[in-house]
Amino acid sequence: MEKLTVSPSPHIRSGAATSKIMLHVIIALMPALVVSAFLFGARALALTGVCILSAVVWEKLCNIIMKRPDTTHDLSAVVTGILLAFNLPPSLPYYMAVIGTFIAIVIVKQIFGGLGQNFANPAIVGRIVLMLSFTSAMTHWTMPSTMTDAVTSPTPLADTDKLYNYWDLFLGKCPGCLGEVCAAALIAGGIYLVVMKVITVHAPVAFVATVFVYSWLAGKDPVYQILSGGLMLGAIFMATDYVTTPVSKKGKFIFGIGCGIITCVIRFYASYPEGVSFSILIMNIATPYIDMITLKKPVGAVPAKKEVQTHEK
Amino acid sequence: MRLKGIFLEHKKDTAAVRTVPIPVPEKVSIPMLQSVGAACDVLVKKGDKVLVGQKIGDSDKYMSVPVHSSVSGTVTGISELLLVSGKVCKCVDIKTDGEQTLIDGLEPPVVTDRESFCNAVRQSGCCGLGGAGFPTHVKFGFDEKKFSVDTLVVNAAECEPYLTGDHREMLENTDRIFEGIAHIKKNLGIENVYIGIEKNKPDAIELMTRKASQTDSSVKVVPLKAKYPQGAEKVIVYNLTGRIVKEGKIPADEGVIVINVSTCGFIGEYMATGIPLVRKRMTVSGDAVKSPCNVIVPIGISFKEVLRFAGCDFEGMSKAVAGGPMMGIDLFDLSDPVCKTHSAVLAFKKNEKKAKPVQTNCIRCGRCIEACPVGLMPTVLEKAFDKKDREMLKKMKVSLCMNCGSCTYVCPAKRDLAEKNQLAKALLRT
Repeated sequence: MEKLTVSPSPHIRSGAATSKIMLHVIIALMPALVVSAFLFGARALALTGVCILSAVVWEKLCNIIMKRPDTTHDLSAVVTGILLAFNLPPSLPYYMAVIGTFIAIVIVKQIFGGLGQNFANPAIVGRIVLMLSFTSAMTHWTMPSTMTDAVTSPTPLADTDKLYNYWDLFLGKCPGCLGEVCAAALIAGGIYLVVMKVITVHAPVAFVATVFVYSWLAGKDPVYQILSGGLMLGAIFMATDYVTTPVSKKGKFIFGIGCGIITCVIRFYASYPEGVSFSILIMNIATPYIDMITLKKPVGAVPAKKEVQTHEK
Repeated sequence: MRLKGIFLEHKKDTAAVRTVPIPVPEKVSIPMLQSVGAACDVLVKKGDKVLVGQKIGDSDKYMSVPVHSSVSGTVTGISELLLVSGKVCKCVDIKTDGEQTLIDGLEPPVVTDRESFCNAVRQSGCCGLGGAGFPTHVKFGFDEKKFSVDTLVVNAAECEPYLTGDHREMLENTDRIFEGIAHIKKNLGIENVYIGIEKNKPDAIELMTRKASQTDSSVKVVPLKAKYPQGAEKVIVYNLTGRIVKEGKIPADEGVIVINVSTCGFIGEYMATGIPLVRKRMTVSGDAVKSPCNVIVPIGISFKEVLRFAGCDFEGMSKAVAGGPMMGIDLFDLSDPVCKTHSAVLAFKKNEKKAKPVQTNCIRCGRCIEACPVGLMPTVLEKAFDKKDREMLKKMKVSLCMNCGSCTYVCPAKRDLAEKNQLAKALLRT
């Protein structure tokens, strides 16, 4: 017998692991990727591949330079790569995508301390920076190849003539970012994540429902609003990111409502047609405060007695 | 409100194995402190002959439990034992003669009222056999002016994996358990009795329910969800009675007394025979044990002896746990003696990955919050502890943590959350 190992209890652990959670998210993103390959062709796959590869390379380089343990095997960089790709138009030049992953992984994630320490969603910030830096390339929309040969056309949200019906939006027969067009595939991924207990329904449902109600009250077509743009992608995959959203269920619910309101305000009253990414970024910043007001009260806890203040004269 | 918890693999592979008594070992070493409270003074000296049931340690403190010899033989000396708490306690080493002769004059105690009952329970050397080892006579001796107790909760949840001692107790010692309950009811003036058993023990539930209907209609057997930590005091009290034991309070504040089913069985047996607590049923299991089983051992036998009896692979093992895998304490020396509070000994093979999982950053997934049975936020507590933020630790009630280990168990980043809570509690005490 060798020496006995001594450690504090518990002596058994569940099989849960960060890499397994990330793998579930990757699996959940697959339906949307398959649909986008079908709609936009091989270019969509190539762009996604470039994003994944560059994200992993940036992560690895950061680990080496910052002398941190290798974190590429936790797969979080892969998830960020796919999510960023999903937020890009299929025709975007590859070098821009690489800049996007640099912003996401190096600036937003690693400089703040790596996975778990970033205050904002890396993919969202990557997209916003690209949007502001390369506005024309980021708004160069291609019609899905299965429909017409048109090179560019307005996205559903910028379209005032209602070129697309609900079914087109639900199935993705409309121009838009690579991964956001097909609501059906994204919802399928979302259901998978809920069933696998990776995410809870609180934030996505609150987000989508708020957009629905706000649009309806504002006299817009609510169904059109929730099916178009990046709402489904944002609500299901970005507003549920563990790191940058509140930890409690109540907090997640508040987060979703906040996202929904800000999205509608930007969509209806600002000069940008789409507000999902900005809304999530703003709510990311509000997350520590939401966490602070949604602290749980333990079972049987007695509130601390307020110490009587004595004023000394 | 539903209390949270986690689902564990039961691994109760000894549930169907009949308990066997272990052969009398060559020597035993009986510690003078086996329960919560003060250590006993040694009443014997080197060279003395002792018999089974002879009192060898006692104390004049109220919060203390006397110790009896579990074997007949000769005292070879008084040694010292380092306890997990860091304290050192005296042990009486006895070389056995193999006769197991009972001391003369062991008779059922004469009990007329609550006071004499509590005295008798104290004399029996009884303490909580579930693991915590709280002196039973202190639990029964509550101040009647301060508390009005109307309910007895018999804890037979046995929610830890591997452990089947309470399960076997219910199957093999059913009558004594009900006798024990009757004594407690009568002497403490209790009206309602609930026996909480996890649903993974259907045979015990069936047997206990039948027995209850035959003997006492006020005893209700309640099947509980097999969810860890169902057997934690606050959890089982809430699930059986709906009463919440508040922070800093004890179950008696809510009119409840909680007692482990094996303790009940022992009290029943003691009241009938007068033999004090000298034996203990324990589960021997784990992947390094060839034939997992339940054994009845004399108090003071070494863990090594118990493991050898079950065919433990001493060469291949790298970890031994006294108690269950969730809350048990690692042994650092297998020659340490078995105490009244030890309900199991588990031996595990070497498994590098499991033994020391790589800890990564918290990803704020909230699984620990979903797991905590008392509604704490372990991830928030961990961060507060790292910052030594006493105010936050107090505000978030780290003192309510019972170290069930559910948070550590579910953490995907493999963080030692429960351990941090214990350290935080220690920090607040300084």
